[in-house]
Amino acid sequence: MDTIFALASASGKAGVAVIRVSGPAAHGAASALAGAGLARRGMAVRSLRDAAGQLLDQAVVLTFSAPASFTGEDVAEFQVHGSVAVVSAILNRLARMDGLRQAEPGEFTRRALENGKLDLAQVEGLADLIDAETEAQRRQAQALLEGELGALAERWRRDLIRAAALVEAVLDFADEEVPEDVTPEVSRCLDRVEADLRRQCEGVSITERIRAGFEVAIIGAPNVGKSTLLNALAGRKAAITSAHAGTTRDVIEVRMDLAGLPVTLLDTAGLREAQDEIEEIGIALARERAEAADLRVFLAEEGEQLDVKMRPGDIRVLPKADLRESPEGAVSGVTGQGLDDLVERISAELSRRATGAGIATRERHRDAMNRALAAIGAARQVLARGADDYDKAAEELRSAIRALESLVGRIDVENLLDEIFASFCLGK
Amino acid sequence: MKHSEFDVVVIGGGHAGTEAAHAAARMGARVALVTLRRADIGIMSCNPAIGGLGKGHLVREIDAMDGVMGRVADRAGIQFRLLNRRKGPAVQGPRAQADRALYRAAMLAETENRQNLEIVEGEAVDFLMQGQSVAGVVLADGAEIPSRAVILTSGTFLRGVIYIGDISRPGGRMGDRPSVRLAERIESFGLPLGRLKTGTPPRLDGRTIDWSGLESQPGDEDPVLFSFLSKGVTAPQIACGITHTNHRTHEIIRNNLSRSAMYGGHIEGVGPRYCPSIEDKIVRFAEKDSHQIFLEPEGIDDHTIYPNGISTSLPQEVQEEYVHSIKGLESAKILQPGYAIEYDYVDPRSLTLQLAVKDVPGLFLAGQINGTTGYEEAAAQGLVAGLNAALFARDEQGVTFGRADSYIGVMIDDLVTRGVSEPYRMFTSRAEFRLSLRADNADQRLTPLAISLGCVSETRRREFSEKMDKLSDARSRLESLSLTPSMIRHAGIAVNQDGNRRSGMDLLAFPDVNFEDLLPFDGTLGGVEEGIRCQLKNDALYANYIERQKRDIEALRRDEGHKIPVDFDYAKIDGLSNELKAKLLQSRPENLAQASRIDGMTPAALTLILSRLRRSQGARSA
Repeated sequence: MDTIFALASASGKAGVAVIRVSGPAAHGAASALAGAGLARRGMAVRSLRDAAGQLLDQAVVLTFSAPASFTGEDVAEFQVHGSVAVVSAILNRLARMDGLRQAEPGEFTRRALENGKLDLAQVEGLADLIDAETEAQRRQAQALLEGELGALAERWRRDLIRAAALVEAVLDFADEEVPEDVTPEVSRCLDRVEADLRRQCEGVSITERIRAGFEVAIIGAPNVGKSTLLNALAGRKAAITSAHAGTTRDVIEVRMDLAGLPVTLLDTAGLREAQDEIEEIGIALARERAEAADLRVFLAEEGEQLDVKMRPGDIRVLPKADLRESPEGAVSGVTGQGLDDLVERISAELSRRATGAGIATRERHRDAMNRALAAIGAARQVLARGADDYDKAAEELRSAIRALESLVGRIDVENLLDEIFASFCLGK
Repeated sequence: MKHSEFDVVVIGGGHAGTEAAHAAARMGARVALVTLRRADIGIMSCNPAIGGLGKGHLVREIDAMDGVMGRVADRAGIQFRLLNRRKGPAVQGPRAQADRALYRAAMLAETENRQNLEIVEGEAVDFLMQGQSVAGVVLADGAEIPSRAVILTSGTFLRGVIYIGDISRPGGRMGDRPSVRLAERIESFGLPLGRLKTGTPPRLDGRTIDWSGLESQPGDEDPVLFSFLSKGVTAPQIACGITHTNHRTHEIIRNNLSRSAMYGGHIEGVGPRYCPSIEDKIVRFAEKDSHQIFLEPEGIDDHTIYPNGISTSLPQEVQEEYVHSIKGLESAKILQPGYAIEYDYVDPRSLTLQLAVKDVPGLFLAGQINGTTGYEEAAAQGLVAGLNAALFARDEQGVTFGRADSYIGVMIDDLVTRGVSEPYRMFTSRAEFRLSLRADNADQRLTPLAISLGCVSETRRREFSEKMDKLSDARSRLESLSLTPSMIRHAGIAVNQDGNRRSGMDLLAFPDVNFEDLLPFDGTLGGVEEGIRCQLKNDALYANYIERQKRDIEALRRDEGHKIPVDFDYAKIDGLSNELKAKLLQSRPENLAQASRIDGMTPAALTLILSRLRRSQGARSA
């Protein structure tokens, strides 16, 4: 039985956050975080530390022993300070422990049910709870897939299907006209997935992001007031502003604090047809940075199309409030109109991402990618031994695919057979 | 005429029917096997071979349950090959060319000699009904055979149509009549039907083939048999020939595509992608200028050759022309033209895991009628239906095979949970626990179940328990070894000098360590017989992977243990999407594991179903 964990308190900013761990490795995990000597059943105030011994937080640690717990299994609960950074650091630490993984929605309840820990009245009320959990997670996952990970996941899916199909073709159609050694092509598929995964995993995790800060790009047509807005937000003249279109040729960064979260604001060159080569470089750079940013603020009229795509969560605000008849929904860096409103919207969106389900989903994906990387590494080793060991290689590939299921969607034997029959003329 | 009462009537004497009749009879049921002609029992209507990858696993499993296919195939086998011999044991599949006549004779003898089993020659045209339940069979001559359960294994006979080019006529198999009345009765049950097709190549006269210039494929030097009880090959052994299509062959076929039943638009059924006609191969893989053909003798005393690889529905004269364009077949005589056959199948999602029709008590379906292809797939279903019909007849709980236990379980679950979109064939890649479900350990996986059901012979029970004793004895001797790295190195085995002690099983897990390498550590190991050594090596080889899968297997078994009543009310589950509710209602899964494999199912939804299950159980016991 896996040991599962999750943030059990409501997501969002709160004074105290509760992280719950359930399963055979729960007490071991608690000792790893809070030090040895915890009672089988009891309460203690402990310092939680990361793998390197760095202090993460002071916490109340509760331990319960099977079967006398909510789930009927060994359970550990950490009540920690509700800071986003603390919660995400602890989740991250748990995910890296052997035999632990994040719980699926409803999974704690499932275990409680299996172990006869819920009475009928409690079961009655479950539907709403589970539904809410699922919905929150689905929305989070969807937002990620529509955004940065979507195109990558699609490519991984294709490469993994191809790789697994090639190996299975050799195994299941030994008597037919299939190549005997598919290692080179399988390796190429795995190379691509592995490189992507590594880049994703080595990239900035949400934990680090909270420490290092979010990037917010201001995007708009030339001379629409982006730099003036940035200056107003930052309270100093960081970007050169003039009434002349195309002044900002580089990306200008200003670090600041928005509602407790560190934020780097990016002022980007106006998106338009470039007038000269230097501006052209500036615009390309702006587009690239804007795409990569965590959040984009579009300073643009309703319906105005810019080269950068709006993603879920991005903000649109009308420019030059001071020159409008009705300043509703508009902002002006010159007069400060609408500025508070915009700050409120940006920080609300970033807080939403930095708390609860957002962290969990990102950590879940990161964990999935790490597990997939390990499986792909193992598959490569076995593949290198040649076709005689394809039975084992196939098993490692299956593990990699299962690890990435939440990102690339379910891949089953029918997907592999489709690929096999499309590629090879098989059958007698 | 009215027959004396039977517990189980099996309609059809093909691979599903015979296996079903035998399984039910071994369970102690009184069984009638209804077949058009006694001589048709055990007939191989397609290619004369048994086993292969995935299929060989099925035959082993049937044998482990004391079924007949493995033993009969061993007696009829005229060329044995273990496919994937160089690869790991999990993907090795035993396969044999079978002598058609020997196979039929051996199967008929088995059937005639089986206690409790009576062969009835006749055409089943209808069921005896008792309300909504099936309670026997009506024959064409009006005779009635009442029974507690009926197993229908009518293969391609349900509205079968045979096509040779633009000529078509009703028929279940060359020379046989299709069962129209039975099809109408099935239709009256409101079961969803679909249409599939399959094809055969022209049969050639081996005496008119020029073998001299052809490649020959001999069998293995040390044949691997199907049955755990078989001791050796009995029939004389032969080799198969190999030839290839060529540019000229392809040109002839391409020029005549419009005359093919399949390409002329006469057939609407879906054919199997892994068994394409030669027309299909040439159209879909236009860039290939040659395809391999295996020339398989149909028997020792039979001149018929089955050219595996050129099934077709072209008109006879085109078949003549393209066959003659192939090397070695220049003057080959066609004994029987290739044909395509289109037939009805019952959507297997209307069946339970016991292969009982959900809404028609007393009726079981097995074989090609459920949308599968292949003798082995048919026989395995026959086994499941036979065991369950016998249990049903005495009002006992049915037996199900799980995905973690057997290929049989994988297949049945695939069929009844997901249905089919083309004739279903077994592949090893369908088994997610492939490394544990091996042909070599089929007996260890299933014979204990068979013994507890009471469907094995005394010989099998004894041989199995002797083997298990030897196995556990040798295993415990290996496990009790505790060897330091230096001891191991002294014996000539390369190992990390990491200070860790290792057991004999640990060492066997190394790819290049064999049982023989362990003899220096324990003198008594020399007495362990070859089969046991091999088995231990196979077990050790995958030990790490199997250990890793244990959690998945436990979770699966736990989910399989949560039974869902047939009348379970999904509509009452709050928080379940309407889409999921509709899918659940349509497939009516029998347990939580099955429900989990429905498209779009989530862990949360499963928890909801489980909570509802708990509630209704609580309400019932309160």
